[in-house]
Amino acid sequence: MSTRIFGSGIKRREDPRLITGEARYTDDIKLPGVLHMAVVRSPYAHANIVSIDSSAAEAMDGVVAVFSGEDVDLAGIPTAWLIPDSDLKTPEHPALAKGKVRYVGDGVAIVLADDRYTAQDAADAVNVEYEELPVVVDPEAAAQEGAPQLFDDVENNIAFRWVMGDKTASDGVFNTADVVVRDKIVQQRLLPTAMEPRSAMAQYNPATQELTLWCTSQNPHIHRFIISAVTGLNENKVRVIAPEVGGGFGSKIPCYPDEALVSWAAIKLGQPVKWTETRSENYQITIHGRDHIQYVEMAASRDGKLLGVRATVYAGMGGYLSTAAPGIPTILHGLLYVGPYMMDSVFCESIGVMTNATPTDAYRGAGRPEATFLLERMVDMVAKRIDMDPAELRRKNLIPAFEDGYEVATTLVYDSGDYPAAFEKALGIAGYDDFRREQAEARADGRYLGIGITAYTEMCGLGPSQVAGAVGFQGGLWESATVRVTPTGKVQALIGASPHGQGSETTLAQIIADELGFPVDDIEVIHGDTTETPMGWGTYGSRTTPVTGAALAKAAQKLKDKARTLAAHLMEANEDDIEYADGSFSVKGSPDQSQSIQDVALMAHLAWNMPEGMDPGFEESQFYDPPNFVYPFGTHIAIVEVDASTGDIELQRYIAVDDCGPQINPEIVAGQIHGGVVQGIAQALCEGVIYDDNGQLLTGTMMDYTMPRADMFPNFELGETVTPSPHHPIGVKGVGETGTIASTPTVYNAVLDALAPFGVEGIDMPMTSAKVWQAIQSAGS
Amino acid sequence: MQISVTVNGVVQERDVDPRTLLVHFLREELDLTGTKIGCDTSQCGACTVHLDGKALKSCTLLAAQADGTNVTTIEGLALDGEHHPMQTAFWENHGLQCGYCTPGMIMATTAFVEDNPGASEEAIRHNLEGNICRCTGYHNIVKAVKQVADAAAGGD
Repeated sequence: MSTRIFGSGIKRREDPRLITGEARYTDDIKLPGVLHMAVVRSPYAHANIVSIDSSAAEAMDGVVAVFSGEDVDLAGIPTAWLIPDSDLKTPEHPALAKGKVRYVGDGVAIVLADDRYTAQDAADAVNVEYEELPVVVDPEAAAQEGAPQLFDDVENNIAFRWVMGDKTASDGVFNTADVVVRDKIVQQRLLPTAMEPRSAMAQYNPATQELTLWCTSQNPHIHRFIISAVTGLNENKVRVIAPEVGGGFGSKIPCYPDEALVSWAAIKLGQPVKWTETRSENYQITIHGRDHIQYVEMAASRDGKLLGVRATVYAGMGGYLSTAAPGIPTILHGLLYVGPYMMDSVFCESIGVMTNATPTDAYRGAGRPEATFLLERMVDMVAKRIDMDPAELRRKNLIPAFEDGYEVATTLVYDSGDYPAAFEKALGIAGYDDFRREQAEARADGRYLGIGITAYTEMCGLGPSQVAGAVGFQGGLWESATVRVTPTGKVQALIGASPHGQGSETTLAQIIADELGFPVDDIEVIHGDTTETPMGWGTYGSRTTPVTGAALAKAAQKLKDKARTLAAHLMEANEDDIEYADGSFSVKGSPDQSQSIQDVALMAHLAWNMPEGMDPGFEESQFYDPPNFVYPFGTHIAIVEVDASTGDIELQRYIAVDDCGPQINPEIVAGQIHGGVVQGIAQALCEGVIYDDNGQLLTGTMMDYTMPRADMFPNFELGETVTPSPHHPIGVKGVGETGTIASTPTVYNAVLDALAPFGVEGIDMPMTSAKVWQAIQSAGS
Repeated sequence: MQISVTVNGVVQERDVDPRTLLVHFLREELDLTGTKIGCDTSQCGACTVHLDGKALKSCTLLAAQADGTNVTTIEGLALDGEHHPMQTAFWENHGLQCGYCTPGMIMATTAFVEDNPGASEEAIRHNLEGNICRCTGYHNIVKAVKQVADAAAGGD
């Protein structure tokens, strides 16, 4: 019998404040005398600014000030992932446009007013005269000679050209392979759509020269760093607080102009300044995800051995290079080209292109979903070409189980995996063989069922800092944590990461409770304030459980060592004779003698009777830099039915078998998978940004952009395997992005499998019923 | 203009700008920030409150239109300091992650279950179409609502 809190799906410690409406998100916080900022935004995707007339706005009651780009003396918003060997250009990104706008939504001026409504009215009253310029939105078109140029110093709009692999060797493989399949894959733009729109509020104290910025951030320490850099304030005078944050999915990693502008205005005007985006603003200016045009090929032998993959990727960067943008379609993409398969040849050329569209950056999965999709699409195409069952083809090529390191052609060393186990388990749950029979019978009845399978692995738990440096990330990727025990035996765990929905206050408390024996309800996990918490690089890349969790586990282990020594001293026993169980230290052979962890904590604080050389107090800090990434993996399967008369797709079953190592809280793990799966399926079926040729965002509200809804989905069928990471102190791997990474190709391939009798070869995502119907008609003609 | 609205049992008399949305009245004027704004176009349901017992999106209504009505927000849902069964069910079933859509989800589903005790999973999913969640994939929200719906049917 296990009484371990590790592995228990306990209720979340975050929830009482969230289910009662007591939680305070940024826009919920009020300061006396606060001014509201509204931003005058460009209605054109590409234009020169001829003049700005703010006189009417300034004359309005309640308007305090209007500023344009020429007034604002902030340094440019930096790009922080400078990928090497790519001839990377980082064009200037001013907080407010100077002379030229480059996408619809680009900020032109700011208005400060006494209330929200007045600020917006006044923003509407600022008269900006533009001279329109030619527009280019498509990243492949933008990279061609003669395309409209966004920047004088970015020739052909190409911000970088990144190459992975040996082209000559790759060409050799493709020239001699029995079978080569190819496709053009469009990874459409997606809107991250955290339910909480972005918000920022700044307050400046001129006497102390301290700036406090509350904002919707996944990484307040990075925000502090960047705000310090763009305002010129010393970093120790900037306090960034991420209060309750309502989801991020990557969109709250970047530092945007808006956070810098409220900071600048608060300093300039000596009053607190708040800005909260509307949803339409969110869709116009908060980063978008994906936007790849991929030309992909896979080589295989006639008997079903996968030999290699190669791709040319045009990655749309939008009007400016966002914080981490260059790293997404390159490092986080190409390095995943082997997936879970034994495949020796990889080649990727990724071209980052400036376009007259919203900047793109990390969106849940960030580069890895785009890689997994192309692999799984190609594998299904190979299966079809050589007339082999797609499950059989995958089975034949999966890397066999390994426990401690497997180097693949992309140079990554996967930490551990048992891909066949997860694969067979998923097929078992789905009843794969039975399904094929059922499918054949249904087809005979004119019903079109399809099944899609994705086997995946991905790298997360970002990541070793040395690797971050080698690939140009302008920061470290370690985390730090302090476990502080009060004299009465209550625990504060302070972390540098900044969770915003992941349940980390619960999961991380479970790690500490498991290591030290404190009841989980006596452990508070404190995060999201650069003054209160130790340094950390933030919550993204499925890294908080593996990286912060490791820091906490090691800090807790140090405390346990101290407690053991002190308990031995207090009980006048030899330390070797001390036994520990469930938060209590006892002497071997004398069970009546014991010291609880709380007793020891108190005595460490009192310090009346300490062993020689032991310092007082009961608190330990730990920096943790992971030696490698972690590589969760699994297999997902979808079963769909397509109504051939309407093109309507019904998702009948969805099976996800994932392996993230030992699960600390299985309910929280399941929640991450459910949410990730829905986001990925939504890319396949309903979500997609549409720009017109003028760069106008046609999907600018939730009325126009199709968010996934509850009635699109069945209950999910989850399974797991457990393969610990060999390099991790407690063996855990990240799970925040696996659902999104695996589910898009799973459902896509299922729909194409259903449509096989019609000869449909491909449908651009999202596969709306109209497109499916059209594909059936076209294929049949 | 002068309005009088009973909010969570307390009569609130205020002079408001006629164009003030009910959600802004609740959040800015009464500091009841549990009610959220997620879309501005009445799609997401984060702003759902009860108005005279019916679930309603408070971003689609002017505060002036609420004059003389009885409004309950998430802050007023608990009874005698005890969580409403729907709040408990969301907690027990991990029906939330970032929590931003949660107040609206809870307000919408409490009204739904009141009218539809014993509702099927299909009916629950269909009814949730006016509330958008980006984190949970709806799976555990449906589970939570089903638990309360089943209990409501059994309790009669």
